[in-house]
Amino acid sequence: MASITQTKSVPPSVTGVDRDLDMSAHPAAIQVRGLDFFYGELKVLFNVSLTVPERSVTALIGPSGCGKSTFLRTLNRMNDLIEGARCVGEILVEGQNIMDSAVDVVLLRKHVGMVFQKSTPFPKSIFDNVAYGPRVAGEKNRSVLADLVESCLKKAALWEEVKDRLTTSAMSLSGGQQQRLCIARTLATNPHIILMDEPASALDPASTDRIENLIGELCANYTIVIVTHNMQQASRVSHQTAFFYKGILEETGPTSKIFTSPSKKATQDYITGRFG
Amino acid sequence: MNIPDSAAIPTVSFISGADGRIRRRLLLSRVFAGTCRFATYSSLAVLVVLLVAIVYSSVGRLSPDFVTNTNSANPAKAGMLAGLWGSFWLILFTSLFSVPVGVGSAVYLEEIAKDSFIVRIIKVNLANLAGVPSIVYGILGYTVFRTSAATLSIWFDGNHAIGVLGLFRVRLSKLPLYEDNILVGALTLTLVILPTVIAASQEALRSVPSSIRVASLALGATRWQTIWRQVIPAALPGISTGVILSTSRAIGEAAPLIMLGALTYTSMCPGNIDSPVKLLTRPTQVLHAPLDQFTAMPIEIYDWSKNPAPQFTAVAASGIVVLLIVLLAINSVAMIVRYYASRRLKW
Repeated sequence: MASITQTKSVPPSVTGVDRDLDMSAHPAAIQVRGLDFFYGELKVLFNVSLTVPERSVTALIGPSGCGKSTFLRTLNRMNDLIEGARCVGEILVEGQNIMDSAVDVVLLRKHVGMVFQKSTPFPKSIFDNVAYGPRVAGEKNRSVLADLVESCLKKAALWEEVKDRLTTSAMSLSGGQQQRLCIARTLATNPHIILMDEPASALDPASTDRIENLIGELCANYTIVIVTHNMQQASRVSHQTAFFYKGILEETGPTSKIFTSPSKKATQDYITGRFG
Repeated sequence: MNIPDSAAIPTVSFISGADGRIRRRLLLSRVFAGTCRFATYSSLAVLVVLLVAIVYSSVGRLSPDFVTNTNSANPAKAGMLAGLWGSFWLILFTSLFSVPVGVGSAVYLEEIAKDSFIVRIIKVNLANLAGVPSIVYGILGYTVFRTSAATLSIWFDGNHAIGVLGLFRVRLSKLPLYEDNILVGALTLTLVILPTVIAASQEALRSVPSSIRVASLALGATRWQTIWRQVIPAALPGISTGVILSTSRAIGEAAPLIMLGALTYTSMCPGNIDSPVKLLTRPTQVLHAPLDQFTAMPIEIYDWSKNPAPQFTAVAASGIVVLLIVLLAINSVAMIVRYYASRRLKW
């Protein structure tokens, strides 16, 4: 019986992030103002306004279909790929409105990287996977690429496991390793902001643990926005939490406050597991 | 734990045939399986009989000199060299034309084009185009390509110049320009196989998971980089298999070529190149070959089979055997390509 209660609590290896981080000292990396989003005629986001401080972790939580993933994808305009998708409002990434038609989405996406729910390694070698971003950006120098691949794999806590087999196919890695490879691949484009769409939901607890630790380390240098279905995960890894419900951003605040004394009843009901 | 003896166990027998209804159902199932088996093996049997009959008929003529001799009125000397070279040049240029156009169209339809009315019309009609009889393409090829070639040959001062589709002009002595040349034949065969090449390439592109495209775009790749570095390499096994199989269909086509006026009886190989060595040692002949007259394997077979002399039956049968061997070789290449390329790609 003892083991059951233990798994419910936070595993001792997870240190989580520094909860006392004073985000007021951090300038805003992303400012969203009055964002409405439509899939054709269907409106899925209603007047969303959110500020994401630099070098911190913001968790987006909410029940399925509440619009949190859609919101995340607007931040590097991945929704452009969906036919009939359109949005109104303002999204400032480091002061620039990325909805402006003059914005080059290729440059934007290099600056705002993304990690997906399902790990999506390319059917190439581990090295080629990490080097893909710099290569499409025009980097050809083999030694520059090699240094970059090494440093990114180290940052993603994968280097020790793969350093002797960089030329083998990325498909031979385990699910957790593939996801860390995808994080390393994103880091290689040298982004300031990393968007993560349920990065650990397809992984076992040990791999989840490693990803969460990684997020804790990365947020010293990167601004991270993470979508998660896992309340414990949100409370462990994030400084700020935003609760979405039916396309509306119900409540935003420091994670410690959202999880202990939310001001809205819907938030309270969701985080205590009454729905969702 | 023991089950008490007194527990009520229903009396069920698992012995087959114990229940009449089940027996009937089992019988029906066996009859169905038997019918399907018959459908498979009966057609296979016909095929085997045909093959054996052809190989049997070819005895007496099928020998190494059959592929080193050119055609002759003497059945003991008639060979397929001109047809082999004609088919080689045709297939070379058919592939050169159909691969970029076919793969390009498939990439456009699957990866680039927005879902518009015209795009939907094209997609639906590709299947219809693949079903159009090749003789119809032959007429089209005659009207469009042969007439253009004839116009060009006048434009390029008749008998003393080679003009390659008007792009450049090479002066060579005494090289006649024919309107029923290899290029015209290859362009027509391209029309025949293009719908199949496009359909196979589309299928291969669709089988590439969209997560690969999204991940590539999210790493700051442009659409062109995503298509060129991720999507096409991943679709390559499917594309190349489709291309090779379509090409092998083009090898067997006789109708459109006869329509174009390909030679039925000739002992000349295109450009007079009758050995692989001459491909390297005779550059002017290589340049001339695409604009030379030609015959092809299926045309020669058709010609021999019409010959009233009974000895030509063996010649025609030998031709069929050689054609089948070439087709089999090409299809094996397709299988090997698919096997090795797909082993590398596991999603």
